[in-house]
Amino acid sequence: MKMGLNVNGKPVSVQVDDPDMPLLYALRNDLGLHGPRFGCGLGQCGSCTVHIDGKAMRSCSVPVSAAAGKKIVTLEGLGTSAKPHPLQRAFVEEQAVQCGYCINGMIMEAAAFLQTNRKPSEAQIREALAGNLCRCGTHLRIVRAVKRASDMMA
Amino acid sequence: MTSQVVLDSVDTSRRDFLKAGGALIVTFAISDKLAAATPAPSPVKTVAEDEVDGFIAIDAKGNVTVYSGKVDLGTGVRTALTQIAAEELSVPLDRVTVIQGDTLVTPDQGITWGSLTIQVGGMQIRQAAATGRNALLGEAATKLGVGKDALAVKDGVVAPKAGGKGVTYAELVGGKEFRLKLDAKAPLKDPADYTIVGKPLARLDIPDKVTGRFTYMQDFKLKGMIHARVIRPRAMKASLLAWNDFDCRKIPGYIGAIRKGSYLAVLGHSEWAAIKASQIVETTWSEWEGLPEKTRLWEYVRNSKVVKDEDLQKVGNTADVMKAPGMKQIAATYDFAIHTHGSIGPSCAVAEYKDGKLTCWTASQAPHLLRKQLVNMLSMHPDDVHCIYIEGSGCYGRNGHEDAAADAALLAKETGLPVRVQWMRADEHGWDPKGPPTLYDFHGALDDQGNVVGWESEAFLPDRPKEFAVTLLAAELAGLPRDEAHPGNIFQSLAIPYTIPNVRATAHWVAGTPFRPSWIRTPGRMQNTYANECFFDEICVAARVDPLEFRLKNLKDPRGAELLQRLGRLANWQPRKERTQQTGDVVRGRGLAYVKYELARTYVGAVADVEVDRRSGAVRVTKFYVAHDCGQIINPDGLKNQIEGNVVQTVSRTLIEDLQFDRSHVTSLDWKSYPILTFPEVPEVAIDLIDRPTEKPWGAGEPTAAVVPPAIANAIYDATGARVRSVPFTPEKVQAALKSV
Repeated sequence: MKMGLNVNGKPVSVQVDDPDMPLLYALRNDLGLHGPRFGCGLGQCGSCTVHIDGKAMRSCSVPVSAAAGKKIVTLEGLGTSAKPHPLQRAFVEEQAVQCGYCINGMIMEAAAFLQTNRKPSEAQIREALAGNLCRCGTHLRIVRAVKRASDMMA
Repeated sequence: MTSQVVLDSVDTSRRDFLKAGGALIVTFAISDKLAAATPAPSPVKTVAEDEVDGFIAIDAKGNVTVYSGKVDLGTGVRTALTQIAAEELSVPLDRVTVIQGDTLVTPDQGITWGSLTIQVGGMQIRQAAATGRNALLGEAATKLGVGKDALAVKDGVVAPKAGGKGVTYAELVGGKEFRLKLDAKAPLKDPADYTIVGKPLARLDIPDKVTGRFTYMQDFKLKGMIHARVIRPRAMKASLLAWNDFDCRKIPGYIGAIRKGSYLAVLGHSEWAAIKASQIVETTWSEWEGLPEKTRLWEYVRNSKVVKDEDLQKVGNTADVMKAPGMKQIAATYDFAIHTHGSIGPSCAVAEYKDGKLTCWTASQAPHLLRKQLVNMLSMHPDDVHCIYIEGSGCYGRNGHEDAAADAALLAKETGLPVRVQWMRADEHGWDPKGPPTLYDFHGALDDQGNVVGWESEAFLPDRPKEFAVTLLAAELAGLPRDEAHPGNIFQSLAIPYTIPNVRATAHWVAGTPFRPSWIRTPGRMQNTYANECFFDEICVAARVDPLEFRLKNLKDPRGAELLQRLGRLANWQPRKERTQQTGDVVRGRGLAYVKYELARTYVGAVADVEVDRRSGAVRVTKFYVAHDCGQIINPDGLKNQIEGNVVQTVSRTLIEDLQFDRSHVTSLDWKSYPILTFPEVPEVAIDLIDRPTEKPWGAGEPTAAVVPPAIANAIYDATGARVRSVPFTPEKVQAALKSV
């Protein structure tokens, strides 16, 4: 069946055999997006995070059918190299990446969080990202980058 | 985010046709669109390690391509290698592109491991650049009619120092080969003149990684590519008795299954079809319960058959001094748990088999070695197998990337179609090779003056085959030719840096280890340093001396001593002869540890500050102080990023991580059952980098990790008076240790 989605501000249509297929696979394989990443498929690590109607959601655990008609934003839609989101700029300025596989989730989770708390403390940032895993140990830089972005957005 | 974006787009550009050495080289570069077909083979570019052309090509526009057999595993070495080459050639950074780990065009510089990428790989590239630069200076001297010494290079233009017309690299060699052997004596640039090396330049890959433009291995696609999932045995060494994919056939896009021995994979036109099929395919496996009981693991290790004893360090005669009358004897046993690599992105690979030739796109840390292993597994001719590196999720050692590559290669050969294999989370947690369990016995002797006069350490380490390879799972399950598994250089750093009159450090090489072993960050050196530095702390307590002072007293290495003194200042270390008793439920302590990596290179010292909740036994590491000397620093910010990462990852391994298993299989198959450190638990890290621009650059990807577990253990003792001698330091183990105080 054809399914209509709204991704990064544009209406798109994907051919879906199974409405229960996680949104992640539609974004990555049908729409060719690289921002959301497959990490666990269990909602445990956060690599696949996207925004659905402004909320940070784990796209590995949302059926594609449940996302139809909602506004989906991925890392690509948040900003570009030419017009980066403050978080993307802050992550570059803080060099807050090692392998970078988790970084999509860090930025998307933080972007949604900064909508609800514009002036977070370091402890609040740590709590907000507690469900996002990083194996390279880039945490301290990530926290500094989120803090920097919140200052930029103030 | 401006200048680097340009550079980045070079390396991740589509099928680049690179002019190298006058020959047209096709590199099959990464694309976010579908890559067209298998690369045209038959390049003439040399991959010889002793040829300048092996490493460097300059095209007609003066753009430099560096061919690196070492690869960036997310540690930032692509940027560092770019800095090294640009510096030595005196060209702007944005004129240099690094091609990594393509077996057709890059020299085999060995596995990307052991903190050797800069130290060995980078120095080969530096020497190639220096040789090339020296030759170009000679050419320019002839062309300009000026003495070589009167010339200087700037931005790829050779010109008289006195001024006047110059000549560009492009004019001198553009599009042609150097045809020069690497000259070990080619003069290197004076570090005092460096403008690129030693600077905290922003990493080249980060802008694309934060905008979703970066192409990871997991993103790579080929036209007509199908998707596979491998069905793993229920028990690790079980045989596949029967299977049935009848229900799978109802899945739209399901193609079928491939079975070879105990190897079974399901295939789909879409990834979701393959995943669904993997969930419903029916299988029957034989019983297998060959793993030891988890609760009796250390008994199992201790009772393993010793194949060989090897003295790794022998000074004086420990046997006599240990028995001498009047000596204060101390003894301790330490163990270190089995760990998984825990890559955030499960392993992935793509392979294509066409006209008798195999191409494999892989995130392997060892594309050249992988090529040999695939040749062996599939009984192919070496010329017919081509591996191409694409950066994946960080691996920290030999994780599942190579096994995913073997899966893809086997299935591509069987089906004749381009195949993508993506491991699932349970595959990665369950089937990546593991850091083996390690056990130690220590004995020490102090004389009545409090001098350490005897030191004996015994390590139980899994024995090693000759070759540094790890068995490919696909080969094992399918019954194809394969290598034995090597645990890495795990004996290193058992020898101690201290000048004690009688020392004996012995490896008991034992036959076998429960899980397929491989190296995981700081293999062996972390475990060995942990045991050494904990025992050294126990000796300090027995001798009633300050741990910093006692290390300095027993160290006859000025560079190490300087490092320890700087660490003391960084951490504001207060000398102590004994621990201070504390009251209250939450007590604080600090511990110190030191290593000279493999007794041959990078020096690291660390102080850990911890809080221990005496009610629960929970340990919180609040701060780490690290002093680090790896000689010449290429990129100080990249180095700090590595040091911070080493600390945080190793705090996780030290406090939390412990592979769970029953008699048949790993049971910690996700992040709930094998948790890692999360943001609220991450300590602050303060770093003092000791830069020595005129010294050789040594590695930094691993050494810091070595000092993290002992610094924490020693801090827990300082806080509580209890010794925890078993990693991880879980609340249960800490509580048990507290009861014995």
